[in-house]
Order: sequence, then structure tokens, then C-alpha cells
Amino acid sequence: MPRAGRIREKLRWSNLYTFSCLRPNVLEDGPHSLQGPGFSRIVYCNQPRVHQKKPLNYPSNYISTTKYNIITFLPKAIFEQFRRVANMYFLMAAILSLTPVAPFSAVSMIAPLAFVVGLSMAKEALEDWRRFMQDMKVNSRKVSIHKGDGIFGYKPWQKIRVGDVVRVEKDQFFTADLLLLSSSYDDGICYVETMNLDGETNLKIKRSLEVTLPLVDDLAFKNFTAKIRCEDPNPNLYTFVGNLEYDHQVYAIDPSQILLRDSKLRNTSYVYGVVIFTGPDSKVMQNSTKSPSKRSTIERKMDYIIYFLFTLLVLISLISSIGFAVKTKFEMPDWWYLQPQNTTNLYDPTKPALSGIFHLVTALILYGYLIPISLYVSIEVVKVLQATFINQDLHMYDEETGNPAQARTSNLNEELGQVDTILSDKTGTLTCNQMDFFKCSIAGVSYGMGSSEVEIAAAKKMAFDISEHNSEMSSVPMHNIKARGLMENSRSNFGVSEIELETVITSKDEKDQKPMIKGFSFEDSRLMGGNWSKEPNADAILLFFRILALCHTAIPEPNEETGSFNYEAESPDEGAFLVAAREFGFEFYRRTQTSVFIRERYSSSGHPIEREFKVLNLLDFSSKRKRMSVIVQDEDGQILLLCKGADSIIFDRLSKDGRIYEESTSRHLNEYGETGLRTLALAYRKLKESEYSVWNSEFIKAKTTIGADRDAMLEQVSDMMEKDLILVGATAVEDKLQKGVPQCIDKLAQAGLKIWVLTGDKMETAINIGFACSLLRQCMKQICITTMNTDLLAQDAKKALLVFLITDQAVKENILMQLINGLQMIKLEKDPHAAFALVIDGKTLSYALEEDLKHQFLSLAVNCASVICCRVSPKQKALVTRLVKEGTGKTTLAIGDGANDVGMIQEADIGIGISGVEGMQAVMASDFSIAQFRFLERLLVVHGHWCYKRIAQMICYFFYKNIAFGLTLFYFEAYTGFSGQSVYDDWYMLLFNVILTSLPVISLGVFEQDVSSEVCLQFPALYQQGPRNVFFDWYRIFGWMANGLYSSLIVFFLNLNIFYDQAFRAGGQTADMAAVGATMFTCIIWAVNCQIALTMSHFTWIQHLFVWGSICTWYLFLLLYGLSSPIISGNSFQILVEALAPAPIYWSVTLLVAVACNLPYLAHLSFQRSFNPMDHHVIQEIKYYKKDTEDQHMWTRERSKARQKTKIGFTARVDAKIRQLKGKLQKKYSSLSVQTIIPPS
Amino acid sequence: MATDGFFDSNLPQRSEIQRPLHFPHISRGSFFAADSRFTQQELPACKPILTPGWVITTFIFIGIIFIPIGLVSLFASERVVEIVDRYDRDCVPANYSKNLLAYIQSSETNKTCTRSIIVPKHMKNPVYVYYQLDNFYQNHRRYVKSRSDKQLRSKASETDTESCNPEGITPSNSHIVPCGLIAWSLFNDTYGFSVKNKVLDVSKKNIAWKSDQDHKFGSDVYPKNFQSGGLIGGAKLNASIPLSEQEDLIVWMRTAALPTFRKLYGKIDVDLEANEKITVEIQNNYNTYSFGGKKKLVLSTTSWIGGKNDFLGIAYLTLGGLCLFLAVSFILVYVIKPRKTSGTSKCLPDCSLLTEVVVAVLRLCNAQHRLCSCPSLL
Repeated sequence: MPRAGRIREKLRWSNLYTFSCLRPNVLEDGPHSLQGPGFSRIVYCNQPRVHQKKPLNYPSNYISTTKYNIITFLPKAIFEQFRRVANMYFLMAAILSLTPVAPFSAVSMIAPLAFVVGLSMAKEALEDWRRFMQDMKVNSRKVSIHKGDGIFGYKPWQKIRVGDVVRVEKDQFFTADLLLLSSSYDDGICYVETMNLDGETNLKIKRSLEVTLPLVDDLAFKNFTAKIRCEDPNPNLYTFVGNLEYDHQVYAIDPSQILLRDSKLRNTSYVYGVVIFTGPDSKVMQNSTKSPSKRSTIERKMDYIIYFLFTLLVLISLISSIGFAVKTKFEMPDWWYLQPQNTTNLYDPTKPALSGIFHLVTALILYGYLIPISLYVSIEVVKVLQATFINQDLHMYDEETGNPAQARTSNLNEELGQVDTILSDKTGTLTCNQMDFFKCSIAGVSYGMGSSEVEIAAAKKMAFDISEHNSEMSSVPMHNIKARGLMENSRSNFGVSEIELETVITSKDEKDQKPMIKGFSFEDSRLMGGNWSKEPNADAILLFFRILALCHTAIPEPNEETGSFNYEAESPDEGAFLVAAREFGFEFYRRTQTSVFIRERYSSSGHPIEREFKVLNLLDFSSKRKRMSVIVQDEDGQILLLCKGADSIIFDRLSKDGRIYEESTSRHLNEYGETGLRTLALAYRKLKESEYSVWNSEFIKAKTTIGADRDAMLEQVSDMMEKDLILVGATAVEDKLQKGVPQCIDKLAQAGLKIWVLTGDKMETAINIGFACSLLRQCMKQICITTMNTDLLAQDAKKALLVFLITDQAVKENILMQLINGLQMIKLEKDPHAAFALVIDGKTLSYALEEDLKHQFLSLAVNCASVICCRVSPKQKALVTRLVKEGTGKTTLAIGDGANDVGMIQEADIGIGISGVEGMQAVMASDFSIAQFRFLERLLVVHGHWCYKRIAQMICYFFYKNIAFGLTLFYFEAYTGFSGQSVYDDWYMLLFNVILTSLPVISLGVFEQDVSSEVCLQFPALYQQGPRNVFFDWYRIFGWMANGLYSSLIVFFLNLNIFYDQAFRAGGQTADMAAVGATMFTCIIWAVNCQIALTMSHFTWIQHLFVWGSICTWYLFLLLYGLSSPIISGNSFQILVEALAPAPIYWSVTLLVAVACNLPYLAHLSFQRSFNPMDHHVIQEIKYYKKDTEDQHMWTRERSKARQKTKIGFTARVDAKIRQLKGKLQKKYSSLSVQTIIPPS
Repeated sequence: MATDGFFDSNLPQRSEIQRPLHFPHISRGSFFAADSRFTQQELPACKPILTPGWVITTFIFIGIIFIPIGLVSLFASERVVEIVDRYDRDCVPANYSKNLLAYIQSSETNKTCTRSIIVPKHMKNPVYVYYQLDNFYQNHRRYVKSRSDKQLRSKASETDTESCNPEGITPSNSHIVPCGLIAWSLFNDTYGFSVKNKVLDVSKKNIAWKSDQDHKFGSDVYPKNFQSGGLIGGAKLNASIPLSEQEDLIVWMRTAALPTFRKLYGKIDVDLEANEKITVEIQNNYNTYSFGGKKKLVLSTTSWIGGKNDFLGIAYLTLGGLCLFLAVSFILVYVIKPRKTSGTSKCLPDCSLLTEVVVAVLRLCNAQHRLCSCPSLL
């Protein structure tokens, strides 16, 4: 029996909280009246057996995200396959090939189709199997469940049934939606982390009903029975209506007793709960929509090409059937050798129309080679292989979590190369949700030497740019000593800054070597090790530390390993403060219901002193109040109000003599804010005993009020207390960014991507992170769109709906005005370097996303360099994503880690989940998963770029080769009286797509690299080829088609003229159809394989093997085919050995045609490359000439120039700074240079 | 440049990458191992690019190769002596000239026709004799399919005539060997040659592919019920000679690719002197009149490229010339209007010696044009 006898903590934390958790214990409303549809669910607690029969037989807790099961796989997968137009067409063709209409033998139609469809289905099966395995992992997690007689035992999740009583332990996920019965705390409170559901990082407090509190240990459940009547499964996360019938009484259940699946138990040892909703019924599952099947832009465009080719196909089929009908009617009666008098309907000269219609079918099958049957399957094979490479990339492998990148669907690889806008979640994606105490300002003095990651990155960049700038300047010929003097002067100026920057960098490096304390990366010897007592403002510092140590709601937990304490805090900020306080020597080690105990290490006596502070009141944090306070009484009886909160709120509440440090503190706060630190101001107030007791009585009165006004009253009373404060200082906490995030954002910005941050967090936090990631910078113009304070209005509005509507309208108009003003501002901006940032909150967004405003909102947003949306709900995230996707028509990518990002991930063209966090919802819904945000750079800039080009080139080439091949059939038909005879043997045609030309094109699709991965990363601007769709625009597609047309003409007519009627070898033999066909086919094989060799720019041995191997395979096939029995090979019997190979003309035609077919492309390529090169051409050339190693300087300059003009990222930040410096320098320089610069002769 | 490595700082260098031992993928041998160069897409590769040097060299190379081939082909083609004599109209007696069909279909008319041909040039033996038919769709699908390879090959499959419709069985339901429209419409004009009243032997041996004779046409398969039905198509076959010896049939059964085609009739194994007059006695039996097809008698020698074929040589010459033209125009454009945006334009292109010289010469004339600037990439 695991941990059955655990001592229950006799604590009632509920008393701590004023606002967030507790309604008075009296039920005002009584039980809910549950009637009518939608409230039919009945749960018999602790009697799961009752739920095995209808109508109470609810689904089990098994979840499944697979598309198929064993039985449905075959029909469903086959149906999926034939939903593709091309496959349907080939199916029809295969069926028709069984009739005499077909120009080919049936096997040559059916075999490739079966191969292609079989392969696609195998892929589907494999992908579904993977999904199944992932489900199994979740389903087989274990949870402790009541097995009867008060005995609990572990069972896998999938075995959980409605009505089971489960015990969930600390840091475990809730198995299903549970009703909280009791917890390890006396008052049935528990803390829940709902990050997976809504992305909020604060812990939520849940509290059980009073009546179930006695169910404190395993044995108590022996005879426990109760009945729950509640609502039916629904996706609404924040509501719950139900009644608990227990001991012949009915109690109302509300959402604060419901523990939702996929949220996590925190700070609480264990809870007991009864299962209400299982598996698919649970709220989180109800929320999950079926992941839509996504198709990439290229693939959608490919459909149009296929439609185009279909049209072409129908057109030439019509031409040929009309031609056939005409020939049959007018000429065929004369062709006695065909015995026109005894024909079937297929060739009946007396019924030319009927024959023509039959022939149309024949022609449609015959020219089917225009549409590459193997296209889909080749693309699928290529994508799976590309996905394997993505999965295997060690550069995207996270050492810490052991998670590789994973392409969960392989459909979207090339879409990665065309992304235009990235919509990112914040917590868990950009940040690791870890707060480090970083800097502080106490009594107007700033402490803390560290520099944040952004600063360091920017500093490095700046140092680089300056040296670059210098060398550029020095390359200008100097003719005048004065000018040179100026240069040196300026250089020495820069030199100084460089040295400063160097020190910043080195200091960081040193710091890295020190062991890190989680939550604390502060360093300043003035405060550490007790040195603070020597500072001038020691009193203020003492107070500051006490506020840190006292003003919180955390619970300490002894850590056996280190001997110190860990803190279970509601928010990571608070945790960081406590760790900081501990490190400064104020260790918070115990909390009782009434007191907080602190061990002060560096007291005047030199010995650690343990102090007890009585907590009289705690006015806890709420997002509306933006502050929290405690009222404590120290051992001397002094009553203090300690308060921490958002700077603006605190500054408003300072007393007159509490503003001594206001100016310097606010300056520090600005500095901290700009580097992306989260700031809070700390203040205190001394209270007299009498003053306090007066207030307290009022407070108690407010607290015990029953009714709707209670909250308002409480707030009012709190307000009265939190005023006349004295400012002590401010803290700056680094919301720790994930590794490499600023660099990654910078690179992505250079690659021309727009980055939007959508976060559930509050505006201040979001803006801080914006600064930390360099999405925002100081000289950027921020356009903040917010709703005006409508709280007051809204309160009145409750009285009359009419008024409410009016205010609603007013709010909307107000937002519209703000949007229009913003747009106006951007339009009127003259400075090309000016950048705008749009910050908008969730409430406003709900208006801005309405039909009539969303276009204004979008046009404003796309004109801004960065967009930050805060306090957005999961649904709004999805809506914003849809707006961007549909409004701009560009490719969007959404990245997130929690269940709250699922909507956005599914809505975006590409959804990326951050793996490694425990909840897998985001990953499950995503198309790709990576372990760290920084891997996004490689995923897009390297793999995306490659995959896009590979697929685009591959598809173009596919159409080229099939047009080149298919049209020759058409030309030949014109020479056969449109009878539908093909010049090639059936086997050649069968092998053409499936074997002879498929491997080279697959190797193009899998292995092609225009530039190596390092170069991709060094020239992020190359990525723009994707979003601009340079490689798959209609111009290029039609270019390739024209190339195919040209090749077909060349192949056909050269062969025709050369093999016209004379002997083709010295033995006097003339060429029959088999010889001409084989020669023509040889020419095609050579032409298309040479073409692909020209298209490739990267030859490993694999490409060589496939390309040249394909040609060899053709000869080998021809040889073997010729050796087989003449029954099989027919007229091709021994054709190579006997007829073709000894004839020089066969070889010379091959050479001629192969060269003639590729000449235009070669000429185009060489002229383009030399006179109008594309970006990657130039880079290839530099690499080819090894200029990058010989001429480092040129290489780096090219690199720095190959950036997209960007307004975000630290590079832009540095550029802005440098522009400033340059501007200053320019003024000096130009005034001098007027007389000095002599034009060079 | 102390900070030069900035850009590289977040790029893991190859040597720095730690290869995790527990990388969660199956390692199948070293090639597919998680950290192999293959899976990391870092296989050694050659990355040829079309530098101006390569372009010029390639074009010139193709030109240099193609022009001689063209010349040699043309020369070979020139050496071939070919005599073409169309006889289908001239061999019809004048009184039938309005009614060609009646003439050819009647069994009464005299089909013998004598033609004389002047040899324009010395023709070295062997001289090949061909018949050429025009507007005859031997490649019509109905025609091509109307045969049975099985039946031709072995006696056992004699009854395999399904694919031969409508010439599979006689009206009396006996199987035709060889069946099908192709065999049925076998060409049946015959030619007899004589020079100065001395008969020229026309050898009919070895005019078909050896493999056809050995493997496709059975030596135990004898013609049966052939041309015995209601409709008579073309030639009759001697029922006592196995199909493998019926070389005319074998040649005919190799359907031609185009509606105009020649088929080998025989070989004359003596030289024909220039200005010799050859008398040909033609049995004009074959009906091409109904569909307006021409019949021609062709005497031709061969060379290594086969018969007379100027097209191949011309095509080679054209293509070779085009390549040279492209090379020259490339050089010209390259010198006159060097590319605007290049990181490398200040440097001499990596040209072959030849082009380098050309470039240098041309550049002399155009020195003002090239300023060595390396403008930006993008």
C-alpha cells in the first residue's frame, strides 16, 4: 500500500487567500436544478460496476488519435487513395485496359497502379502505427485507483472507468476529469497547473466540498458511495454544473471542484477524486478538434497542373479521335489489307462516330503518360525520406531531453520552405518558464552585473559591425592627413566601445563557469555574502530582503540533497524571489497558518537568527489588482504592510515621503524593461496598532459579507490599506529565454520572416519578452491597442441591456479609431528605418477579430514589424492564425508547446509543437515537433529551403519528362492513321515511370542541395526563394513544360527522319517499328536523365548511381528482354544484340538527340548563371572558387549583405544603434571632407 | 577581425557536435547510423557548376565533336548509290489508266512489266534490292495486332489464332497458318533483273533477321489453309517450306514504323558498273491502287550508316555549328556586357586556355567597360 499512512498536513491554506479561491463556506444558491437536455449524466461514485451497463456505460478512458483500425484500414485507405483525381483516372484506365479498347496490355496498366497505391497505403499504415504507439504510451500510464475495501492499486489509464475513485499524487497529470474529494491539506485545497489547457503559468487553487473532507485516507473509501448528476460532456473548460448527492443531501458542484484531464497536481502531496468524464468525454478531448489534413501550397498548385494536363490530354485525345473518325470514314474503306468489311465496332468505317467515341477512350488511356502515375508515389517516397532526414538531424537533437526533431506528417516538408509569418506562443516556447532573479534596484542604487543573453548577442554583433565599418572606411583612399586623423579618432572612439563590449562578453563567459542556482543568476559582490550590511542604505536593503522573504504565498519544502529549501510558489517569479532571499541570507523555512519563519544568516550578532513574523492578513495577487500585500507583525510587535506589484500601481500609491527613490528607481525600471526583464516594485508601510485594528474589523466585515458585492467590498477595503506606501526598490527578474532564442529570432528575421507572439500572459510580461527577444526595441514606435476602461460602464450596463449594447458599440468604435490612427501613423512615417510594433490584448482582440474590424486590424498588423497579442485565449490564437492565413494568403507557421496552442497549431499551414514538456497535446496536434525553439531556424532555413527546392524541382522535372515522353506517342499516332498504336513496346512504357526514370528523380528530391547547410544558415536571405516561390511559379512550370514539348519534338522528328525508309545498317536491313521504338526510347532515356543531371547541383555517389544507373538499367533491360522468349518479347526479341547495337546509327542518333534535347536548357542555364544569376548561383560560385577561404573579408561582407532588410531581431537593434553613431560621425565628417576630398584622377 | 566568428558562434562546427550514444533511432550498420554522414546529409559530393569556363569549353567541345561526325556521316551518305524507280503507274497498261483497280483485281490482265534502269555510278556489291510502299499503314493498330507469335513459333500452337481476327480461321473453321492480316496481305510483286540479257541473280537468303528465323518462326511450322479463304490478300506461300525458311514472310511480318517503308527484297552479289542498263521484269501483282499507294523499286548500296541518309550528317553539322555559335556569342556577351551582380566579377573567370586568350583579346578592345567592382549580392 503505497504511502497510505502518510501524515496529513494539518494546514488550512485557504485562510491565506483573500480573493482567488474562496467563496464563503455557506452555499448561497443551494443545489443546481438540473433538468432538461444536456444534464443527463449520472455518476455513481465508487461503484464503477454500475457503469458497465447501459445507459450508464460511458466510454472508457482509452483515447485514440489514429485514423484507421485494423478493420477499417483497407476500405478507408483505398478510398483515400482514389480520392486523388489522378489515381481515379488510372483506376478507370486499368479497368478499361481489360477491354479491347485499350492500346496496352492490361498488366502494364494494373501493375504500376497497384505498386503506386500499395506504396502509398503502406506509408499511411506506417504513420498510423506511429500514432497508435503514441496513444498507447498515454493510455498505459499508471494511476492509483480504489480497488475496493479501501485498497488502492495502480492501473493503466485506459482501464479507468467513470465512477472510479483515484488518488493522484504530486506532479502527476489527472487521469480524467475528476471531482475533487479531498487533498493532503486539511481544508481540501489543491494546486493545479493548467498550462497544458490554457497556457497560464500561475497555479490555480481548487477546493473540495466541505462534505467530502473527511475522506482523508484510503480506508475511508471502503464504504463511500455518492451520486453525481451533472452536465453532459462539453468542451467548455471553465464551466461545470452538477450536484453531488451524498448522505441524502444534495450539494452543488462548481468548476472549482473539478480537476481537468491533462492538468497537473502541484504543491499538494495527493488528492482523491472521483472520475466524472473519461477519455473522449473529458473536457480537453472535447476541445480537441480532428486535426485537419493539410496540404502544402505546392501540392495544391500541382493539382492545377494536373488539371491543365488533363485538359491537354482530353484535347489531344479529341484531336486524335476526330482524326481517327475521319480517317476511318474516308480512307479506311480503301485499306483492303485491314479488311474493312469485317470489322468490329472499334474500326467500323460505316459507323465512324461510334468508332471515334471508342477511340476517344483508347486515346485517353494511351496519352495517360502525360500524367505521371508515379508522381504521387514518388513525392510520397521523397517526403518520407526527407522527413527521415529531419528526424535524424543531430543539429536538431536536444541533448538534455533526448528528443530529436520529428516530422509527424511528411506532407508539409516543402511548406517549411515557404513560411511567411511565424505565430509563436511565449511560455514554454520562447521562454522556459523559469524566472531568474537578475537585478535589483534598492534605495535608488542598481545592483546586479549580469547581462542578459540578448545584450550579449547584440554586443557581439555590434563589435563585429564596427570592425567591419572601420575596415570599410579604411578602404576608402585617403588623401588627406586631416581626414585620416579623423578616421583614427573615430576608430579610437569605437575602440573604446569595443573594449566595453569585450568586457561584457568576458564577464558572461566567466559567469557561465560558476555553478548555477536555479532561479538566481544575480551577481554583485556588494550584496552577496553579507556585504550588504556595509552599503550606505543597509536599512533599506534589509527591508527589501524582508519583503522578498515575506510577501508571498509559497510553501517551503526541505530539500534533502542540498540541505536548504525548495519553494512551491504559485508563480515562478515568486519562487525566484524566495531563492534570491535565501541566497542573500534570508531563508524562508517554515510557514504555519499564522506565521512565516525566516532564518537570517548575516545578522549583526554573526549567528543565524530565526525570526517569526505573524501574518495578519494576506491580500493576494490578482491580475486586476496587479499587486499583493501581506500585513505582518514582527517579534517587536511592529505591524508592517509589505507590498509588491507592478511599478505603475505602486508608484500611484506612494506617500509623499515615500517617493525619495522614485526617480532613480523608475529610471532603473526602464533600463531593466528594455533588456526584457520583468520588473516589480517593492514598498512598505508601517502601521500603528490602532490603525490596523480599525481596518481589520472592516476587512473582516467585508470578508463575511454574503452576496454579489463581496468582491467589490473586499477590494475597496484592501485599497484603503494599500496606500501611503514607501518605495524601497524594484526587482528585475529574467524570464529565462530558451537557449538561443534571440539568435534564432534574429536569423529568422534576416530570412525575411515575420514573427508574431501570441501569449496568454499579461501585457507587461509579453512586452518584456518582446524586448528580450529583440522583437521590440526602444526607438520602435509601439502602437498599443486597448479597450478603454469599461469596467465602470459595464457595471452600470448590468442593469440595462440596452446600455450595454451601446457601450459595446462605443468600445468598437474606439478600437476602430485606434486602428485607423495607427495606420495613419505608419503611412505618414517618412523615415525608412522607423519600425512599428503592435501590441494588443485579448479583450480588444475579440473586437478586432470581428468581421467588420478584422481587415483594418490585419492591414495594420502586417505593416508593423512585430506584433504581440497578449491575454489571448486558445480560440483567439486560432482565429488570429486564420486571419493571417486567409487575409494575407501567405503561409503561416504556428509554434507552441501547450494544449492552449493546439487550435493555432491546427489552424496554421504548419503547426510545430515543442516536445520535451510533459503534456503532449501540442506535439500530438502538430505537424512537426522540435525540442527547442532555436531548432526552428535549422528546420526552416536548412530543411525547409532544401525540401522546397527539392520538391519544386522534382515536380517540374516530373512534368517535363512525362510530357517529353507522352507527346511522342501522340505524334506517332498521327502517322498510324490515329489508330492508337504505340511505337514503344508495352514493357518500355510500364517501366518508364516506375523504374527507368523514378530513381533519379527521387534522388533529386531527397539529396539535392543547392548550397550546404552551413551556407544556408550563413545566408538566411536565401530562404526568401521559398516565400517568393521562385522555383514553382507558373513561369517556371510552363518553362519546363515547354522544354518537355521541345524534347518530345526533337526526339520524335529526329528519329523519324533518320529512320525514315532507308537501311539503317550496313547489312541493308530497314528499321521496323520495334527498332524505331527502341531507339526512340533510348533517346528519351538519355535525354531525360541528362536533363536531371543538369538540374542537379549536388552529386554524391548516390545520384551518380541512380542517374547513370538508370541509363545502364535500360540497356540491361533491353538486353534481358531481348534474351527472353520471343513469346514475351515479340518483335523486340534480341533487338539490342542483333539489330541495334551493331548499327553505328543507333549510337549516333542517341548522342545527337540527347545533346539536342538538352542544349536549350544548358544554354539557358549558362546564360542565366553568368549574366543574371540567382542568389544561390552566386554563393555556389563563391564556394566553388573557394573564395570563402581565400578572401575572408569578401566572404563576411557578402554574408552581412545577404540579409533581408529587417526591423526586428538584435541585428536590427544594433543597426539602429550604428545608424545613430554613423549619423553623428557623418556630421563631423562631412564638415571636414568638403575641403579635403579630392576626386581620384 | 577578432569577432569574425560571430556568425559561426551558434553554428555547431562538425567537430563540436557531440554524438549522443543514445540517439533514439535504430542504427543499422555504419551507413544508416544516426551520426553517419549519410543521415546528416553530409556525404562527400561533387558540386559542379557552370562557370563561364565550363560553359565555353562545353559548347566548343560539343561543336568540335559534332562537326566531324556530321562530316563523316555526310561523306558516308554521299558514297551510297541509290536508285529509286516508281513503277506502280507505269506498269499499268494505258487502257486501264482510268481504272487501276479493275486492272489489279482482275486475274486476266497481264501483270508483267519491264523496266529499265540506268546505274548512275559504280555500285559495289552487295547491292540491296528493296520494294517501297507509300501510304500503306502497316502500323495501324488493327493490322499490327493481327498476328500470333505463338502460332508462328511452334506447331503445337497452331490453333492459337484468336488474336488474328479477322484472318484467324477460314470460313470452314480450319485454322490458318500463318494467321492474321499481316501475313494475309503479304507483298507479292516479284522482280527479275538482267544486265545485257544476262540474268542477275537476286539472292533471297539472309534478308531477314537471323534471330527471327531461328527462334520466332518455327522450322516445323508449315503454311496451312493460307490464302484459301474467300478473300485473297497477297502472296501465297509454298506449303512445303517451313515458315523459318520463308524469308519474304519474315521480312514482311516485321511491321514498319511509318506508312512509307522499304523492305528488303534480296541482294545482288555482283558489282554494277556505272551507266549499265539494268532490265527489270516486274510481276505487278500487289494492290496499292485502291488506297493510292506508290510502289517503288529501290537498288541501293550501303555504308556504315546504312542507306542514303543525308539528314543525320546535316543534323550533326547544324547542332555542332549551333554550339560553336553559342560559345562565340557567350564569349561576346561575357566580354561586352559582363554580369552586373557578382561577388567574383573582379576576378578572371576560370576559363580554358583558348577562351582566356579570346577573352583577353576582346577585352583589350573593350578595356573601358570592365571596372572591377564587386557590388552587393542582393
